[in-house]
Amino acid sequence: MNATPARQLRPDAGADTHTISLNINGKQHELAVEPWTTLLDLLREHLDMTGTKKGCDHGQCGACTVLVNGTRINSCLSLAVMQDGAEVTTIEGLANGDDLHPMQAAFVEQDAFQCGYCTPGQICSAIGMIAEGKAQTRDEIREQMSGNLCRCGAYNNILAAIEQAIPACKGGLRE
Amino acid sequence: MNRFSYSKPQQVNDAIQQLSDTGRFIAGGTNLLDLMKENVARPDQLVDINALPLREIETTQAGGLRIGALVKNSTVAYHPDVERVYPLLSQAILAGASAQLRNMASTGGNLLQRTRCYYFYDIGTPCNKREPGSGCGALNGQNRIHAILGHSDQCIAVHPSDMAVALAALEATVHVSGPDGDRVIPMSEFHRLPGDTPHLDTTLGQHELITAVELPPRGFAENYAYVKIRDRASYAFALVSVAAALELNGNTIGTARIALGGVAHKPWRKPEAEALLAGKPATEENFRAAAELILQGAQGFEHNSFKIELAKRAIVRALSEAASGVNAK
Repeated sequence: MNATPARQLRPDAGADTHTISLNINGKQHELAVEPWTTLLDLLREHLDMTGTKKGCDHGQCGACTVLVNGTRINSCLSLAVMQDGAEVTTIEGLANGDDLHPMQAAFVEQDAFQCGYCTPGQICSAIGMIAEGKAQTRDEIREQMSGNLCRCGAYNNILAAIEQAIPACKGGLRE
Repeated sequence: MNRFSYSKPQQVNDAIQQLSDTGRFIAGGTNLLDLMKENVARPDQLVDINALPLREIETTQAGGLRIGALVKNSTVAYHPDVERVYPLLSQAILAGASAQLRNMASTGGNLLQRTRCYYFYDIGTPCNKREPGSGCGALNGQNRIHAILGHSDQCIAVHPSDMAVALAALEATVHVSGPDGDRVIPMSEFHRLPGDTPHLDTTLGQHELITAVELPPRGFAENYAYVKIRDRASYAFALVSVAAALELNGNTIGTARIALGGVAHKPWRKPEAEALLAGKPATEENFRAAAELILQGAQGFEHNSFKIELAKRAIVRALSEAASGVNAK
């Protein structure tokens, strides 16, 4: 994959910027960021990758969940500059063209959403949870997914979707 | 968020040297960045300590465990040695925050997280912790989540950490480095009561950095419990929590450790209550007597007096659970 040239994210950005290197969904980016830019804002506002959602912006809702080096985190509570060198996977990086990731397909099949705003975070979180390998029972899945709120209350179907996708996701992120 | 400068030193001494009087260290950032978004914290410099060599978990010569300050909460909770020897610590950590936050939050940062008092977080209201001398919004405000022990007329906030409660019961120590060298602070002296200086949460110096947390050999893996009472089943701060650890000879208590969370400005222990249990049979009656002693002098406010009886019952439940060995692996 060819690296894109360092992109100046704000025209008025001056000496405060730091150049970082991020691999986002398999694509290498060289980016000049101001230190106060969160990973979430970098994705949404600067790279126009709006699949990752801003809900509370305080780590309380989980809508901003992405995978950093395969681990699920709240992108709203991480500075982009602190993730220099990381591999980031967002909801946009899961499907292979029209071929959905098993977790995405399971969410569709189980009708695991209404408004859909929490869904990208739910899906990334569920994939991260399976990689962690600590949730075996339904109660454990509920507990391990408690950092992802769904205001529509689709929890039962979200649980069903995750259960359905677990066997297909055991190998971690699909390449 | 205010503007700030950013650096990422490679060595502990460089980090300590780089920190200005108005700067802050940042590790996981889960609490600090939140506070910065609310304008509660406004550092003009962040020193990112994530490149420092503080990520090891290693056995000490004394037979305990030394956990580097940068080890993530989830890594500590699921570490085989912690699960085996200090399951109380695992249980407490996993009772806190969400999986995402535990994947980010560091061991040192967990100890340094600030209170979730609504008034501390709302810069439109007075708060002696945020702005010394401005008053306390909670004293006559919404104080359901606030302290019942050790509070002052300046501040009734509680420390929010679950991990710290287990560390207090396990009598861990906090290793710190600063401009004047290294020192070791017992958990019992790390957090402080508000008194007239509620802006100070801990006894850590302004330029000191936590480098590790050390656990003594005794882990109470057979008889322990972390009971956390909260408003929802998961991902909520404690109204009351109890870390209980017992050493039993048959049904007779050898050593008892009891630490409370959600009730004070620091993890709350009462050595007299622990001593009261030593040599006594592990009965509900004795547990209740210890609970009464721990809550002696407790004082509630308009919305939180329920915590006093709740804490007593949680203590009895935690000690009963610990004595039963139900949590032993």
